Amino acid sequence: MSPFLFWIFAVFTVIFGAAVILNRNPVASALSLVVSFLGLSALFMSLDAFFVGIIQVLVYAGAVMVLFLFIIMLLDIRAEERRQINWLAAVGGLGVAVILLIQICVVIRHFQSARSTFSSLARSTTDDVWNIGRLLFTNYNLPFQIIGVLVLVATIGVVLLSRREPR
Amino acid sequence: MITLGDYLVVSAFLFTIGLAGVMLRRNLIVILMSLELMLNAANLSLVAFSRFRVGVDGLPDYNAQVFVFFVITVAAAEVAVGLALLVALYRARQTTDVGDITSLKF
Repeated sequence: MSPFLFWIFAVFTVIFGAAVILNRNPVASALSLVVSFLGLSALFMSLDAFFVGIIQVLVYAGAVMVLFLFIIMLLDIRAEERRQINWLAAVGGLGVAVILLIQICVVIRHFQSARSTFSSLARSTTDDVWNIGRLLFTNYNLPFQIIGVLVLVATIGVVLLSRREPR
Repeated sequence: MITLGDYLVVSAFLFTIGLAGVMLRRNLIVILMSLELMLNAANLSLVAFSRFRVGVDGLPDYNAQVFVFFVITVAAAEVAVGLALLVALYRARQTTDVGDITSLKF
């Protein structure tokens, strides 16, 4: 992928990611999150991970965001009114985040491999569904089945949690 | 040319935005969205490392992409359970603000 496209999508992803936490209206936050995930999916595809890019769009931009918007609609949440902001806590939280960012950037700076470019692939990876599927059903068969049980437990838990108490 | 470090820096920015969202916002829904941002930042660096580590057959290291698959599955389950908890909480207290939920506060 050309550097130009990479920086377009990277800036896109980060700006809309920031919009998620800067918007006061939850609906606007959710829609910014969709755009951010679409940019992220483009970044995945720039790394030749087409399967991951596609399930990013299907699962996040499709299923998860519909869930978020549905809950916002169901609970009828409006933009939160301005409250008294605890400035000490706000500055402290922002400070911790900025310090973490600086730390990660310093680590990346001292990481030798981070300066090298990506080596070219032997062939195109448009068949990576096959490769990932083969790994899933051989090496990672047990984790795969455990994930299945986890999703089942989550489903039952959600049904139980959102059931109205019988009176 | 784009280096591995560029992808890692984008991932670091996304993670920091998510962390700041969890710490600064008071609305539970936005906190859940910020959690999603953090998980996706981790996914981005996993995929970048997967592409960086080209194997002997000239293909990316697919183990990392299987890991991303698992992370996405668990994140989807987590969102579903989190939002169900949110609905239950809203029924009991009529609020989604973390500042109003202080029963366990010491």
